[in-house]
Amino acid sequence: MRVHAKRAGALLGGLMFPAWSQADWTLNMRPGVTGISNDIFSLHMTILWICVAIGIVVFGVMFWSIFAHRKSQGHKASNFHENTVVEILWTIIPFVILVIMAIPATATLINMYDTTEPDVNIRITGYQWKWQYQYVDDNFGYFSNLATPPDQISNREDKGEHYLLEVDNPLIVPVGKKIRFLVTSNDVIHSWWVPEFGVKKDAIPGYINETWAKVDEPGIYRGQCTELCGKNHGFMPIVVKAVPQPEYAAWVSDQKAAAEKERELTQKDWTMEELMARGEKVYQTTCAACHQPDGSGSPPAFPALNGSPIATGDQAGHINVVFNGRAGTAMQAFGKQLSEVDLAAVITYERNAWGNKKGDMVTPKQILDYKKKQQ
Amino acid sequence: MSAVADTHTQEHHHGPARGFTRWLLTTNHKDIGTMYLVFSFTMFLLGGSMAMVIRAELFQPGLQIVQPEFFNQMTTMHGLIMVFGAVMPAFVGLANWMIPMMIGAPDMALPRMNNWSFWLLPCAFLILVSTLFMKGGAPNFGWTFYAPLSTTYGPPSTTFFIFAIHMMGISSIMGAINVIATILNLRAPGMTLMKMPLFVWTWLITAFLLIAVMPVLAGVVTMMLMDINFGTSFFDASGGGDPVLFQHVFWFFGHPEVYIMILPAFGAVSHIIPAFSRKPLFGYASMVYAVGAIALLSFVVWAHHMFTVGIPIAGQLFFMYATMLIAVPTGVKVFNWVATMFRGSLSFETPMLFAVAFVILFTIGGFSGLMLAIAPSDFQYHDTYFVVAHFHYVLVPGAIFGIFASAYFWLPKWTGHMYDETLGKTHFWLSFIGMNLAFFPMHFLGLAGMPRRIPDYALQFADFNMVSSIGAFTFGATQLLFLFIVIKCIRGGKEAPAKPWEGAEGLEWTLPSPAPYHTFATPPEVK
Repeated sequence: MRVHAKRAGALLGGLMFPAWSQADWTLNMRPGVTGISNDIFSLHMTILWICVAIGIVVFGVMFWSIFAHRKSQGHKASNFHENTVVEILWTIIPFVILVIMAIPATATLINMYDTTEPDVNIRITGYQWKWQYQYVDDNFGYFSNLATPPDQISNREDKGEHYLLEVDNPLIVPVGKKIRFLVTSNDVIHSWWVPEFGVKKDAIPGYINETWAKVDEPGIYRGQCTELCGKNHGFMPIVVKAVPQPEYAAWVSDQKAAAEKERELTQKDWTMEELMARGEKVYQTTCAACHQPDGSGSPPAFPALNGSPIATGDQAGHINVVFNGRAGTAMQAFGKQLSEVDLAAVITYERNAWGNKKGDMVTPKQILDYKKKQQ
Repeated sequence: MSAVADTHTQEHHHGPARGFTRWLLTTNHKDIGTMYLVFSFTMFLLGGSMAMVIRAELFQPGLQIVQPEFFNQMTTMHGLIMVFGAVMPAFVGLANWMIPMMIGAPDMALPRMNNWSFWLLPCAFLILVSTLFMKGGAPNFGWTFYAPLSTTYGPPSTTFFIFAIHMMGISSIMGAINVIATILNLRAPGMTLMKMPLFVWTWLITAFLLIAVMPVLAGVVTMMLMDINFGTSFFDASGGGDPVLFQHVFWFFGHPEVYIMILPAFGAVSHIIPAFSRKPLFGYASMVYAVGAIALLSFVVWAHHMFTVGIPIAGQLFFMYATMLIAVPTGVKVFNWVATMFRGSLSFETPMLFAVAFVILFTIGGFSGLMLAIAPSDFQYHDTYFVVAHFHYVLVPGAIFGIFASAYFWLPKWTGHMYDETLGKTHFWLSFIGMNLAFFPMHFLGLAGMPRRIPDYALQFADFNMVSSIGAFTFGATQLLFLFIVIKCIRGGKEAPAKPWEGAEGLEWTLPSPAPYHTFATPPEVK
């Protein structure tokens, strides 16, 4: 699987590299890799050219007047100020042009709304500030976080080729299949956009929006969140990797096996060191955006964890806050986002990192018991 | 009745009071108009300096100057201050100065309310700006303040923001009532509705729009207030509320609001183009009907701001068709302006330069508006820099250039002096170049895929962002020149005749320059 991915990646990288390096002065929208995005592109070009044509006529007359009918050239003003025929004509002609524009637009729109008979269903959930992808047909899922190192953002390091457009776990989709995206959000409104697919749908808490794509060519496609969703709105990219069907099927079975393994991990006996190591990773991807890598937070919205009464208080209280969140604040309920192992690890980490030296640990089994009690 | 009339005649010989109380207690439409204009320009500079912070951060990829939290506060405050503090008060200022002089009225119909509606504004903006210094910072959820980002996830200062919006709303509604009462009751004998100058017409229609939608804005912020402080769940899905409801209510206000910011400019330009073409306005009646049609359509297009929220396809199609229809009356207006210039005798003083640029650049903004109206394409444009380019093209060379054109056009009437024409033209050309350099590349950025409201961006957007920032700095710095020109014009300059523009028409030009403190104590006769 890895080899395939690398090969496809190398091939695509080679194909796409010229496009990327020339992209700096790109003037226009790019045609995409789905039928819809190509329809949108031709609609965009049609309307653009109609506007350009109208512009040439209108501005042509205007510039003619500006150059030829100047007072400084001795031009004498006429005195006409209405002409019913002309006025009716320039009301009707634009109307007709609009009807001509509306016909292909309507057809494309109807096609975009047709989410029936999908081959693959993927639920996309927006979180502050990451995406969760759940393969509802195969019962596994994962989070996709920004992979650009903070040092690149703060200019301490050279920026990579895909600066801000790279993630740890891209969304993997099969080529040539109709994929239905079910888009929702866990907190504020986000919007999931992949320009090459012509797909943009708002992720709204309490709603499940539907949209779809059928990708024609394998490749890596990049997009971003397009609805202001708070501090790190600019830092939650989308990366989709479209792969051929056999490769996709192999990847799905790998993922299912990995999900099973993850469930087994809960039963394992964990040592403090193992939990701390895993907890640090979970903390950096999940918690650090708000509470900062050093636990200092950014009060008042995001309290410090270093020395916080909760992180240094009793375990039950700490588990409760992480598991259920804090209603009415930005603190999310992570109970359903993270596995038992990750919850145990991150809570252990928060209790023992920085200046917090509680010295106790929370095990995955404790979290599992807590979960059972909640239900 | 006669006793009242007598006191009035006596008072007319009084000049303005001296000192600060003149401005605090004044009920004179010219004083209040001046205060509105000064306030508006102050806010323009403040909102503009926030835009400079935004453009400085976006000069290069990476985070250099500000952190994302503060960047979001800047975009939010820039939008709010420009919309509610710069553009709207500028038009109210122009209305105060010009409407009574254009219709032959001695003053606004409700002068004390006029005073109050002005003085609410500095208070409202003092509150709004003070949120920058509060714990947790200023509002950071964009000028559209979508829930639940602005409610559950908003900073503590949101409640102050809501209070400020309420005050601005009250001020706008009172201003609108005043305009309507003045226009409908105080017109000179013989001035029928279809003889009214177009600036008066567009303001009458704008005032009705304001009265219709400002209460809707008040409603939506009140629902936010309840959600934040009193445990309701209007916009909170987990409490049975609906985040999309917020957007429907907000844009029911928001779309007419964009016409509120442009219609008075349409009116002013319809005075300026005929004046410098030395030819009457082409299609007066169709201009009036077009403005009416735009205003009516503005109530049934709000969901075109929400094409990606997942409204049903029937709604999607309705709002697409209705939005496209707006192109028809807007087109009629543009054609009329061009036809007015056609076979005229044109000269290009500063007001005309701004007015011609208005027509050209506003039309470009109209074209991108039409493209955005096409729902399928909007999925690609929505919330990208293409949208930012679009609305800056209708607001900067639209509303702002309209205001500059008006200011240069009527400055001789206000001050009694001609402004410095060379400096005025310099101001125009630098603004024109700066503005296009700042906003035209944003079209390309949006089409290439750059989302709006991001403090940092991928490397392929770097070049055009740098160009755009250079343009923005040019445009921003140029506006200080305008301040200098106006001060210079107030302090002296060539004496202005009663009618400094050869082709200008209207009652305001029958008055001496500068216009006396009290004008049209006896209404003129309009034939």
